[in-house]
Amino acid sequence: MKNPYVPAPVKLVRHVVETDDNLIHSFTFQFLKEEDEKAFVYRPGQFAEVCVFGKGESPFGMASSPTEPGILKFSVARVGVVTSALHEMPEGSILGVRGPLGNSYPLEEFKGKNLVIIGGGFAFTTLRSLTTYILHPDNRGDFGELTVIYGARNPGLLLYKDELAGWEKRSDINLICTIDAPADGWQKKVGFVPAVTKEVAPSSADAYAVVCGPPVMIRFTIPVLEELGFPPERIILSLENRMKCGIGMCGRCNVGNKFVCKDGPVFSKAQLNKLPPEY
Amino acid sequence: MLLLNKDQITSWLNKLIPAYQVFAPVKEGDYFCFQQIRSGEQAVLNYTNSRIPPKEILFPRSEKLFCYRCETGGVQLTEQVDESKKVVVGVRPCDAKSFLLLDKVFNGDQYVDPYYLTRRNNTVLVGLGCNQPAATCFCTSLSGGPFSAEGLDLLFVDIGDQYLVEVVTERGKELLSGMELPVAGQEAQEAARAVKESAVCSTLVDLGGLKYRLDVNFDDPIWALLAEKCLGCAACTYTCPTCHCFDIVDEAAGKEGCRIRNWDACMFPLFTLHGSGHNPRPTGKERFRQRIMHKFKYFVDNYGTIACVGCGRCILSCPVNLDIRQVIEQISQAGGDQQ
Repeated sequence: MKNPYVPAPVKLVRHVVETDDNLIHSFTFQFLKEEDEKAFVYRPGQFAEVCVFGKGESPFGMASSPTEPGILKFSVARVGVVTSALHEMPEGSILGVRGPLGNSYPLEEFKGKNLVIIGGGFAFTTLRSLTTYILHPDNRGDFGELTVIYGARNPGLLLYKDELAGWEKRSDINLICTIDAPADGWQKKVGFVPAVTKEVAPSSADAYAVVCGPPVMIRFTIPVLEELGFPPERIILSLENRMKCGIGMCGRCNVGNKFVCKDGPVFSKAQLNKLPPEY
Repeated sequence: MLLLNKDQITSWLNKLIPAYQVFAPVKEGDYFCFQQIRSGEQAVLNYTNSRIPPKEILFPRSEKLFCYRCETGGVQLTEQVDESKKVVVGVRPCDAKSFLLLDKVFNGDQYVDPYYLTRRNNTVLVGLGCNQPAATCFCTSLSGGPFSAEGLDLLFVDIGDQYLVEVVTERGKELLSGMELPVAGQEAQEAARAVKESAVCSTLVDLGGLKYRLDVNFDDPIWALLAEKCLGCAACTYTCPTCHCFDIVDEAAGKEGCRIRNWDACMFPLFTLHGSGHNPRPTGKERFRQRIMHKFKYFVDNYGTIACVGCGRCILSCPVNLDIRQVIEQISQAGGDQQ
C-alpha cells in the first residue's frame, strides 16, 4: 500500500527572490533519492505539497516543466506559517515534497491546436510550466501558434524575467507583457490583462485559451474570450482552494461535487459552469 | 444461526483479549463510549448507543501519520501505520453501515488511505441489533434497519438471556471458534423474529424529493433561514459516524516532530480560509449548506449513496435543537412547486 501522505525528501538547491517586492521567492529542489525522482512523473498544471519539517505543508503548482529533468521548481508568495518558513530556508536545506497531485492541463486536447496562455501576477507558475513544455524542441511541433499574454502590476512583479526576455527573441511564441500603469523604462504594453487581451484579439479558430490569475482578472478576461469566440469547452482555468490532504479525503477543497485537489485543479469553463461558484 | 448465553460474553471477550485489541461500549459518566477493554466485564451491551461513534477506532480524532528527525543532509521518516488486530463488540447497525461509507472515501480508485484501510482490514465488527431504537433514530429511512447486518461480521440479537448470533462473514465465524455454540432452535428464532418486529423507528423521513431539490437549490433562500439558528459549533460533525474531514498539522520540537491528523469540520470558518484572506464559504449559510449538500447530494453524485446512516447523534448533540430530520423536510418542501 503506497502511503500518499509521506513526502519525499528534497534538497533546496536554489532560492531566489523573484519579485522586487520580495514577496515571491522561487525554490528549486532536487530529490535526495533516485527512486523518488523516478516516481515523480508529472505534467504541467499539476501541483505538489511542499513541506517544511516542523511547520507543515502547503500545496503549490509546479513551475518547472517535465522537460527540465532532475529538478522541481516552485514560486511561492509569503502569506502564512509554511510559506514564511519556506522564505527563510537557506540553500542546502532539506524539505519534503509529496505528489504529483491533481490533474493537469489537457495536453492531448491541446495537440495540433493554437494556444492562448493568459496569466496575471504570480499565478503564472504553472503557465510557465506549460509554456516551457510546449517550447521544448520535442514538443513544439505538436502544437500550433502559441500566444502568451502576461500581466503584472509593475515590471518588478513579473516572474521569470530572464526567461521572458528569452521568449521574446523567439519566433515560435508571441509574448505580450503588460503592466497596470506606465513605469519608467517600460516600452511594452500598459493596461489590465482583459483590456490587453481584447486589443491583441487572439483568434479563437482552432484554439484553446488557458487562463490563470487573480479572481478579478479571470472574471473580466472570460467575457473577452467569449466575445472572441472561445467556447466554454476551450477556456481552461486552474482553481485554488485551501487544501490539506491533496487526495480528495480531507473534505475542504470541494466545489460542489468536485474536489479541486483530485478532480482539478484544472477545469474547463464548461465544467465550472455546472458547479456552484464556491471558490 | 447460533446461540450465545449472555453469561458467556465475559469469558468470550476474555478469550479474545490476548489475541486482539477488543473495543466495547463502556460507561463513562452519563454516556457510553467505545474503549479498548482489558477485561470482558468492562463491556456494557445493554446500552442505546455511544455518544461518539466507533468510527474513531479506525479513524482516530488525532493520530500520527509519521514522525521525522532532521539530520545533516537528510531526514529520517518513520510511518506510524497501526497494524494491530482489533475486534469491536456491540456495534450498532447504523455505525456498521457508516464504515461502508467511509470505505468509499478512504479506499478510493485513485488513492488509498493506509492508516484507515490497514485498521479496517484488521478489524472484525460484532454488531448488536437494536431492540428499542431511540426517539432520534431514523436508520430505516436510509435503507438501514435496527437489525441490518450490512457491514458486520457477526450480528447479535438480544432475545432475553441469550443472544441469537447471525454469522455474516468467515471472519466473524472465526471469532467464535472453540466456543462450540449450539445452533438456534425454532423457539429462539421465533423469539428473535418477535424482537425484530417490535423494534420500530418512530420517525420516517421522506428523502424521496430531497436530491432533486438539492440539485437545483444552491441559491435558495432556505439556506440562510436554516443556518440562522446554527451556532457553527460542529458538535454534529464531531458526533457523526460518516463525517471524515480532517486537518493535517506538524507538531515538532527542535529537529524532531510528527505530522498529525486531527478531525476537522466544515462548520468552522478556518476550514476553507485561503492564505490570501479569501474564504469561499465565508458565513454560516455556506457552511451549513456544505454539510447538507455533502451528505445528501455530493456524496450521492460521487458514490451513489447518501452519507447519513440515521443514527440521530447530531440531533442529540445539537445545542440549539437543530434536527436534521426537520431540516430535510424543510428543504424538500421549500419551493416544492418548482419540482
